[in-house]
Amino acid sequence: MLLEGWGRYPRFESECVRLQSPCTLPGIMAGTRGLIARGNGRAYGDAAIGLRLTLGALGLDRMKGFDPQTGRLTVEAGVLLSDILASFVPRGFFPPVVPGTKQVTVGGMIASDVHGKNHHRDGSFGDHVERLTLVLPSGETVTCGPDINPDLFRATVGGMGLTGVITEATFRMKPVETGWIRQQTVVADDLAGALRALDDSDAATYSVAWIDGLSRGARLGRSLIFVGEHATRQEVAAELPDADPLPLAPAGRLGVPFDLPALTLNKASVAAFNEAYFRRGAQKSGKPFLTHWNPYFFPLDGVDRWNRIYGRRGFLQHQCVVPPATAHAALSEILDRITRSGKASFLAVLKKMGAGGSLMSFPMPGYTLALDLRVTDDTFALLDEIDRIVVAAGGRLYLAKDARQSRQTFEAGYPNFGRFNDIRSALGARGHLASHLSSRLGI
Amino acid sequence: MTENHKTMLLVGATSDIGRATALAYAQAGWRILLAARNVDAAQRNADDIATRTDAAVSVHPLDVLDSAGMPGFADALPVLPDTVVCVVGEMGDQERAQSDLDHAAMVFRTNFEGPALLLGLFANRFLARGSGTIVGVSSVAGDRGRGTNYVYGAAKAGFTAFLSGLRNRLAPSGLRVVTVKPGFVRTRMTAGMKLPPLLTAEPAEVGKAILAAAEGKRGRDVIYVRPVWRGVMSVIGAIPEPIFKKLKL
Repeated sequence: MLLEGWGRYPRFESECVRLQSPCTLPGIMAGTRGLIARGNGRAYGDAAIGLRLTLGALGLDRMKGFDPQTGRLTVEAGVLLSDILASFVPRGFFPPVVPGTKQVTVGGMIASDVHGKNHHRDGSFGDHVERLTLVLPSGETVTCGPDINPDLFRATVGGMGLTGVITEATFRMKPVETGWIRQQTVVADDLAGALRALDDSDAATYSVAWIDGLSRGARLGRSLIFVGEHATRQEVAAELPDADPLPLAPAGRLGVPFDLPALTLNKASVAAFNEAYFRRGAQKSGKPFLTHWNPYFFPLDGVDRWNRIYGRRGFLQHQCVVPPATAHAALSEILDRITRSGKASFLAVLKKMGAGGSLMSFPMPGYTLALDLRVTDDTFALLDEIDRIVVAAGGRLYLAKDARQSRQTFEAGYPNFGRFNDIRSALGARGHLASHLSSRLGI
Repeated sequence: MTENHKTMLLVGATSDIGRATALAYAQAGWRILLAARNVDAAQRNADDIATRTDAAVSVHPLDVLDSAGMPGFADALPVLPDTVVCVVGEMGDQERAQSDLDHAAMVFRTNFEGPALLLGLFANRFLARGSGTIVGVSSVAGDRGRGTNYVYGAAKAGFTAFLSGLRNRLAPSGLRVVTVKPGFVRTRMTAGMKLPPLLTAEPAEVGKAILAAAEGKRGRDVIYVRPVWRGVMSVIGAIPEPIFKKLKL
């Protein structure tokens, strides 16, 4: 079967097996080499495409238990974040960390050690995981956590599925009074202002900046910074007296029914969109207002299959993180290259990151910038140039988004990868668990 | 906390449709009894439903091919349920069923005999109590026999006729019987088959349709989960036999 990631580049043939129960896994693992587990296919590049075999984990979709006293939730790895939100927001619980889409599995969130708008305060999703059940390449089922088999745990969180197949996880949900977010928008005129605004929001639970990737010169990096807190019952009762304090995600969704022609997103249309978006955001700046959790955390989930807007050739997402000391210079240079190339980036997101993380986790203290670029013949050369800036700044690229970085870029950004490969060797995982990403990067 | 809640018994709790139907009832606040032959697989679904909804869910072993064990099964339930939904079904292998008598008998018994006997037993207990709703999941395959799946279709036709007769018998006492014909459903049973999207329902859709038909204000007797199936099946039903017999269906 021809498989692709969310960016729709690259595409590879792979055999596929759908897992219906964790019980069948040891037999499959023992009998095949070159396999990787796949959740809901939201990794952008080639991370969840098996070299020979891809194990579809969406059938491992049972929740196993919840303790309202502690917020401790145990689920199978194929459970979707959207299902967790649907079951638990009405009961006053929210996941400790959510990425930019709710259409991801718990197993995928752990393998990519995803971060959210609260990374500067709360760390990544893996920092909230207490237990994992993992089927090793040998077929053996083991549990691990920060206090049990900690080396295996630290290699598995952020390990891109390359230590074993995650079948089950336990993590803590956090109690919330409402499902509404008290949002405040801050306008920054340039990149320095955006970084400063993110620093000023260190005490806020959630913060993220949207950058107008087309502004140049003195306005390079002009941004809207969205700061958010979980709203209290009192706030919702006062400002939205008719609203459900613990609302579900709205049902109806727009969709992109087919690949849009490649011309749809050109420099002019993106510039027009960005200008309108910036003005609308700037108008709402200053005064806090209440937003439903769904559009605040998952704005793009409202458009089904939005990845089709980039046309048939797909797109590349480039997400890097750079340390604070080099951030301003490196990010300015990157934004400058992008704007000068005339490549329209529909989405450019800037976020401050804090400490924490596992052996191969993407987050590190600093600032992360994510860009979307349509695949064209010269996109690759442009991104190679940007990679050199990232490496020189002491940064790295997010493996869950990656489809094309070089081994040199990867090795420079992930100094623990030698240790990771030692652990993989000891598990018999090298060659046995293999995605197109791992074979491309020599993991 | 469950004392004031209504109770439903779901027979065939390890199937995708069974799981989705029990979940729909649990979301509506019902207490759930799951019956299945594979107790471990049923427990996996019970934990899932209980975690998602906070409902009380328990598992009760049952083999629908063991008619002798049925009264004991019903006696052992913690309570006589308000509603029983039977989703038991097994498509079998038509070609094998044409020559392997045991296989054909298994398909007949799983799709017709077992479900009919069990629902008949609950019908009597519901009559004695004076209340209860019975839901049987049959199939559009029972509306007309086709060369590619008539063993399964014949069993479902028998089950459809049984439900129709049971409804007729119980109606004067105010008891309801609902026949459900899901059409194509995206489940493990149909995984890998090419199914027309407009005619194919998700299991969750079937669960919600069953809940609405059986417990909604405007109860229904016979439902096709996707209404388009009623049209499709009336066209198939209207084709004259001399023509129908020559079609590859």
